[in-house]
Amino acid sequence: MSHVSPLIFDRPVRVLVQGITGREALFWTKQMKAYGTDVVAGVTPGKGGQVVMGTPVYDSAEAACRDHTIDVSVLFVPPRAMKTAALDALRAGVQQLIVLAEHVPVHDVMEVLAEADERGARVVGPNSPGLVVPGRYFVGILPAWEATIFRPGPVGVVSRSGSLGTLVSLNLARGGIGQSAFIGIGGDPIVGTTFLDALETFERDPRTQAVAMVGEVGGALEEEAAEFITRMTKPVVALVAGRTAPEGRRMGHAGAIVAGTSGTARSKIAALREAGAHVADVPSQVNEILSRTVTSDE
Amino acid sequence: MFLEEHWGKKFLADAGLVVPRGRVVDTPDDAAAAARDIGAPVVIKAQVQAGRRGKSGGVLFGSSPEETAQAARRLLGSDVQGLTVEQVLVEERLSIARELYVAITHDSLRRRPVVLWSTQGGVNIEELHARAPEHLLKHHIDIRQGLDAAAARRMVDATPLELSARDALAATITTLYGLYRSLDAQLAEINPLGITTAGTFVALDCKLVIDDSALQRQTRLPSAAPTGTRLERRAKREGLLYIELEGNVGVLANGAGLTMATMDAITHYGGRPANFMEVGGDAYRKAEPALSIVLANPRVKSLLVNLCGAFARTDVIVEGVLGAWEKLRPTVPAAFSIHGTGETRALGLIRERLNIEPYDLMDDAVRAAIGLAADA
Repeated sequence: MSHVSPLIFDRPVRVLVQGITGREALFWTKQMKAYGTDVVAGVTPGKGGQVVMGTPVYDSAEAACRDHTIDVSVLFVPPRAMKTAALDALRAGVQQLIVLAEHVPVHDVMEVLAEADERGARVVGPNSPGLVVPGRYFVGILPAWEATIFRPGPVGVVSRSGSLGTLVSLNLARGGIGQSAFIGIGGDPIVGTTFLDALETFERDPRTQAVAMVGEVGGALEEEAAEFITRMTKPVVALVAGRTAPEGRRMGHAGAIVAGTSGTARSKIAALREAGAHVADVPSQVNEILSRTVTSDE
Repeated sequence: MFLEEHWGKKFLADAGLVVPRGRVVDTPDDAAAAARDIGAPVVIKAQVQAGRRGKSGGVLFGSSPEETAQAARRLLGSDVQGLTVEQVLVEERLSIARELYVAITHDSLRRRPVVLWSTQGGVNIEELHARAPEHLLKHHIDIRQGLDAAAARRMVDATPLELSARDALAATITTLYGLYRSLDAQLAEINPLGITTAGTFVALDCKLVIDDSALQRQTRLPSAAPTGTRLERRAKREGLLYIELEGNVGVLANGAGLTMATMDAITHYGGRPANFMEVGGDAYRKAEPALSIVLANPRVKSLLVNLCGAFARTDVIVEGVLGAWEKLRPTVPAAFSIHGTGETRALGLIRERLNIEPYDLMDDAVRAAIGLAADA
């Protein structure tokens, strides 16, 4: 699939916040603005015409896009409202959506992604914590301003988990290694942006020297990415969480079979090793391995 | 949510597919009566929220009401796939000429629904895939267009079956796809899909797994009987995901990824985690009930609190931890490692109120918690 929208931008991005008047959205909009992210408009149905923190609010993304050019829309909407909000933004021509909600019904996700594919638009998430390009902008719910976690540097971080990805970033920063970008792809069974998309972005990105890839059990995104890793020029260090997770009842297992994998940590680790990635056993090993690989910025 | 077979079959029958005549019973006497009404021979099938029952001894046969009662006696109260059998389904035993496989699920890489079918039914999909992948046919669906009868008929055209059977297969798949969509299913599987000696298509088994994220809007579903251990059920009532394990290091971490990585690290350094407990996402304000549940497990000999806040504020989580701690006054020793959003205040609270010095490195906290559990 060829995307019109790049995953990370080299220029300032103009951001729409859908659901801007909610409690969490207000907090994070304030943080994004303070960091320098250009939040140009917000959406809350029924609250069009209001202004919050100097940002105009519209009833729909369609209305917002009549007055503003939007590069990215971040959706602070509850899971069951996601489909309507996302389709609104896609039909208004927004080329990149970042969907934070978790527990979005999978059928809704498939409908939104089908619409996005048709329009050549990119969806990050659902269940994404967002994107950080340290020193330039962030969109989502990550503490980008914490210099102990996020700082400009040579490692591209891509993670399904917000918390574990943050820990890996923090370990890197403490070792004097910053990030070229942090991409939270989300932990849901179906997501719009995959490890493969992120790796392709980092492979092309001149600022990125190496990649930290944080996966977990379930699905087949790690295995899919492994095939690309064999062709990458930049080193990849991977961590796969859940090797001791109880297998539980195997439900919906057909999905993994379709993708030709079993979805276990073991199968992912084997595929990544086979592809030439370094696989860490614990989070602290990720920065140990990378500190030998990249030129520190200190 | 995994629907027991008899629920799945009710949905199939309501949608117009043929299922064997049967009745759900919970005593041997009622099983015998069902066999009498339906007419022996019958099949007696354990009703639990799990597949592979045949392999686990959960499917028996009865050639008379007495044998049926006996089979029901063996199954009721027994364990199948780790679940207690409380009901059995007594069904007519049909004369089957062929068994097919049909399923609809999502392809996580192609991000769309996929129909899977095979003329080699009866075995589970893992075996089917391993044994004869070329016999497993598949077709992806554009979810916005759906699947109509004509498209389904074209889809199965190359299936090695006679013409009338291909028609019936297409009709079955169309109906099953309708159910898959209307029920927000993750998996809708009929395996085996039997063809009787008279040529009728009959769903001999049915596995419907409903997307838990869609349960709120699925009003036709049975109310799920609570499953899991006492503490797991308590966690569910609190809106928390908790899984009890065999180890002795209690775990409280935020986010599924960090929690799994914490369990992995405990195992990596030679210890054994006592639980999975997630207080990430919206649950980060529920640390107090979460910790109460972790500590209520009598196997827990030490506690490991490992936080890395992004969206979840570690100071809010620690307030919950302190709330539970001061209420319960636990005697188990604890090790902490805390980073990320709210870290300064969180660390201060722990030093001040618990007089415990948190570890800087997660690895050190993990090793300490393992040591404390071993010493206990």
